[in-house]
Amino acid sequence: MVADLSAPRLDVDGLLADPAIRIVVCCGAGGVGKTTTAAALGLRAAETHGRRTVVLTIDPARRLAQSMGLTELDNTPRQVKGIDVERSGGELHAMMLDMKRTFDEVVEQHTSPKRAAEIFANPFYQAMSSTFAGTQEYMAMEKLGQLRAGEEWDLIVVDTPPSRSALDFLDAPARLSRFLDGRMLRLLLAPARSGGRSMFSLVTASFGLFSRAVQKILGAQLLTDLSGFVAALDSMFGGFRQRADQTYQILQDPQTAFLLVAAPERDAIREAAYFAERLVAERMPLSGLVLNRMHTTEPGGLTAEASEAAAERLADTGDNPVTADVLRIHAALLRQAEREAAVAAEFTGSFPSVPTGSVAAQPADVHDVDGLRTIGALLALS
Amino acid sequence: MGEHRNWPERLHVVTGKGGTGKSTVAAALALGLAAGGRRTLLVEVEGRQGIAQLFGLDPLPYSERRVATTSGGGEVRALAVDAEEALLEYLDMFYKLGAAGRALRKVGAIDFATTIAPGLRDVLLTGKVKEATTRSQDGRRFYDAVVLDAPPTGRVGRFLNVTEETARLVKVGPIKTQSESVASLLRSPMTAVHVVTLLEEMPVQETLDAIAELSALHIPIGRVVVNGARQALLAEGKVTKAEIKRGLTAAGLPASPAMVSQLTAEAQAHLTRRELEESLRMELTELNRPMVELPLLPDGVDRPALDELAALLMRA
Repeated sequence: MVADLSAPRLDVDGLLADPAIRIVVCCGAGGVGKTTTAAALGLRAAETHGRRTVVLTIDPARRLAQSMGLTELDNTPRQVKGIDVERSGGELHAMMLDMKRTFDEVVEQHTSPKRAAEIFANPFYQAMSSTFAGTQEYMAMEKLGQLRAGEEWDLIVVDTPPSRSALDFLDAPARLSRFLDGRMLRLLLAPARSGGRSMFSLVTASFGLFSRAVQKILGAQLLTDLSGFVAALDSMFGGFRQRADQTYQILQDPQTAFLLVAAPERDAIREAAYFAERLVAERMPLSGLVLNRMHTTEPGGLTAEASEAAAERLADTGDNPVTADVLRIHAALLRQAEREAAVAAEFTGSFPSVPTGSVAAQPADVHDVDGLRTIGALLALS
Repeated sequence: MGEHRNWPERLHVVTGKGGTGKSTVAAALALGLAAGGRRTLLVEVEGRQGIAQLFGLDPLPYSERRVATTSGGGEVRALAVDAEEALLEYLDMFYKLGAAGRALRKVGAIDFATTIAPGLRDVLLTGKVKEATTRSQDGRRFYDAVVLDAPPTGRVGRFLNVTEETARLVKVGPIKTQSESVASLLRSPMTAVHVVTLLEEMPVQETLDAIAELSALHIPIGRVVVNGARQALLAEGKVTKAEIKRGLTAAGLPASPAMVSQLTAEAQAHLTRRELEESLRMELTELNRPMVELPLLPDGVDRPALDELAALLMRA
């Protein structure tokens, strides 16, 4: 049974079957079932629509990853075995993003082997490639760009990183390129570019203070490492920017479909609404909202009030304790469904034209192909 | 004054997977520990303004503001730590930079520094928490307890393991000294990291992972807080259609086959869910850590709800 969200229905099968759609990006707050949704869509695209599909996941739950045959993080797509593609002729491949390795690959592509080795040994590179706020998002974009450029796939389904905020995914490439293009970086690079010996030879008054403070606080070794890293980055600068811009353009193209994934909880819905606003502002193609873990009941049954009152009556007599509990479960379910519909309506009220699909809450977590198939079917039905 | 018997630590770090309600638990803990005329500080570090939302306030500035009063003249103050502000404050304290500090901000130096060395950001954030925890006035501790709404389980190990992260970049100087003093506070009995979870697979897995990671780092673990726990119904663990039919009739309700089937299916789903919850609860119990269960708050979080959670936490 589907909750009445009075929004247009999300046509999942239409989307997955459309040969013009080459990329589906699943985005939303952490913990809303994004990875499961991405995997279920990928499976359905392969099994039902015969598409050669790859699912790029960022940080899947262990058992879900295992169910798709992903036992290690090796940064290349692996074919998912044991799925039903005999009739459709589709294929499903899956991969987990290895952020560090993707970064290394980018460096190798843009510079000489000798320079690359220097960069890999630099402690700033080591810190940045594994912890820079946004590296994961940026590398997910990079990997998506690589997969798309290969023209090897009919459809690429991307599960976005579990960011603090869903918006990080859109902002990270821009942040990285702003960082690389920043005034600070240019100040640090000025001597290197003009052939000067000291990295702080061309300084403004405030920068002189800064360099003295830095020397005092952090020590000279750090400055040497930093200047080495910055000079190395500079050599790859153009390439970095170009890649980020290209991927961004692919995301704006009609070949891409963004699906917002949310659970019917206030925070997740708020996040989805922010994200929808951003997608519209950035002219990114927003295709729909997927509401996971919706609780629903058959219409026309007992109301919550009637169930609670009856449970009370039974409790007073002391007979039929099981039925009393069953009625309490029913009432709680109705109230939950009501709350969830109200929360979901906050989104659909603000974005009435965004098609919406929902997936009923499953009693147990999904971690096998059968479970994913069920989710895909529920989503297509909704 | 003085510490609370059941929660003797001075720095309470609250983590948990996103969506488990760790910010709510942190706020409730700060309220509970402030009862009886005590003063606590609730700190957030991720720029989410979650505290302001919980207490229905405008976004918090970088200063310690009172957000709630409690019984006996107690109060909760709150602080949203911003890495940039913390760095400027820190530089000013040690180097008297004054206007130069503002100039640094203008050229983007601070953004640059905290971007290129994320470990530095964490040292600044935890450094501020340490300062508040150990601050004293007139020979007394300024705060009876500090509650940190920490990054989620996936990032908390790196966040709290400040020395390791900074040591890779900074070999000498006051930042190193600072990170070492933070590290020693975090590894002392004054600190406890509490992990908030739901009885769902992913949050429980992350709880187990985080506890293993923090233990390996010698950071003391406090409680496991099971949030959103549901009332236990159908203790017998089974239902039959005949039973429901009889019960409905006894309650004067229509007992059509469709109705009985629907209620049976709902009850079965509840039992399946409960079985899974039970096995997850077992996994948590095997950690041998003190556990607290907090009820699901179906009507959202407001001050009375926070007070209810605070009371439950203090009793635990």
